[in-house]
Amino acid sequence: MIKDITIGQYFPGDTFIHRLDPRIKIIITALFITSLFFINKFYPYLFIIGFIVLAVNMSKVPFKYILKGLRPLMVLILITFFINIFMTKGEVLFELGPLAVTKEGLRQAVFMALRLIFLITGTSLLTLTTSPISLTDGIEKLLSPFKKVGLPAHELAMMMTIALRFIPTLLEETDKIMKAQMARGADFESGNIIRRAKNLVPLLVPLFINAFRRADELAIAMEARCYRGGDNRTRLNELVLSRRDVATLIVMIIFFSLVIMTRFI
Amino acid sequence: MIMEIRNLNFVYNPGTPFESKALDNVNFTIQEGEFIGLIGHTGSGKSTLVQHLNGLIRPTSGDIIIDGVNITNKDVKLKSIRQKVGLVFQYPEYQLFEETIYKDIAFGPSNLGLSEEEVDKRVKEAMELVGLDYESLKDRSPFELSGGQKRRVAIAGVLAMKPKVLVLDEPTAGLDPRGRDEILNEIQALYEREGITIILVSHSMEDVAKLVDRILVMHKGRLVMDGKTREVFKRADELESIGLGIPQITKFMKAYRAKGHDVREDILTVEEAKAEILRYLRSKEND
Repeated sequence: MIKDITIGQYFPGDTFIHRLDPRIKIIITALFITSLFFINKFYPYLFIIGFIVLAVNMSKVPFKYILKGLRPLMVLILITFFINIFMTKGEVLFELGPLAVTKEGLRQAVFMALRLIFLITGTSLLTLTTSPISLTDGIEKLLSPFKKVGLPAHELAMMMTIALRFIPTLLEETDKIMKAQMARGADFESGNIIRRAKNLVPLLVPLFINAFRRADELAIAMEARCYRGGDNRTRLNELVLSRRDVATLIVMIIFFSLVIMTRFI
Repeated sequence: MIMEIRNLNFVYNPGTPFESKALDNVNFTIQEGEFIGLIGHTGSGKSTLVQHLNGLIRPTSGDIIIDGVNITNKDVKLKSIRQKVGLVFQYPEYQLFEETIYKDIAFGPSNLGLSEEEVDKRVKEAMELVGLDYESLKDRSPFELSGGQKRRVAIAGVLAMKPKVLVLDEPTAGLDPRGRDEILNEIQALYEREGITIILVSHSMEDVAKLVDRILVMHKGRLVMDGKTREVFKRADELESIGLGIPQITKFMKAYRAKGHDVREDILTVEEAKAEILRYLRSKEND
């Protein structure tokens, strides 16, 4: 049940994509998102599809696995789709009661839905192929130039590491408490919305209590090991850019520049 | 026969790189009124097995028949199964959530749709069974109690559903020796007084030896031993090879016997050992 949520869960592997420096992967993802928002016609989507298919193939993450990650967000995609289809003015194709479907609306709806789907699959590839630790390492490194203006890069990265670290723990705990309450006859699956929300109390109260207890224990454990944040802290695995990383970045910058350029021609 | 498990298989995360077989063709039956110990190394599949028994997990394949009902059928009412098989998880005190102890224990029976008087009666009974004083504790918050007391409240919460089979997953984990003895004595008393079927999951060979009649041993998802407590603990070498052991006192008696003293080696408790050693020493004096 709750463990089925796979969106963005690290998928171990040892491929070119997996080995790529996390900083490069973050920058490429940022480029990907930017270019996706610059696109204003259908045909550049072909480049995007090509990019996604190629990257997924190289990463050896099964396509099925990525599609499974889309499922929880299907509601969001559908809402966007329907809002666009009904709310856009233009040449009326047919009417459904008070709602009118226009040619422009249909185009816009398909366009936006595709954009969302690409956005999710493309970005989830980042977390699928990068372990949480190297991901936060990458973020910390990328943010470190901003330390001079007072941005606590290390602290932010540490907070992210801890948050990511505890997602599986909390999911496991949710599962366990849910089962324990179900063993006492609790019902989380039926009834109307208000009933369901009420039924969540036996789950949420213990979950919150345990989360605070864990946070407390972790803070004490960190204190006990004299943790004191960023300055002068060395690390076990320093990130080093290889020639391959730089080459990939250059190729990708050219690729996405071309994609962005399609907007202006 | 209250419970029958046939060809039970379960695979976690099928079709992903995290796929793992947790249960591998498990078969056993349990008669009404048996007191069973379920032992196995961490990750041997004990907890997975136990969660199948009241329908919290659906098996990949195989049958689970509880009190004549095959609960792997899709249209079986799971609530009635959960009422028949009460499951107390590890560290059950982390599931308490109500403002008062009374309300927390009443959660299970209320979910069964019982009348208020019946719920009231059951809460009283359950609290008595685990040795909690009803009048002084019913309106207190469960979060004010000590660890051992909290655990009692949680166990009472399951007992109040009046299950026919009670499954306890490591009920003494993390308790001090005194808390442990108290809980075990209460479980023993419960078994003798109420005559319900109990399955005790445990890491402690001592606890198991003291309480249960029959032992099931799990290893890597398979049921590798099933027999009377004495019979199972005779197979010390096999148990050690899968990371388990035998009670300290049984080990001692084996070693003592190996030194050439003619004592029985299927001893399970210190009391038995005392009687046996006295018998042996006296018989030697008479020679």
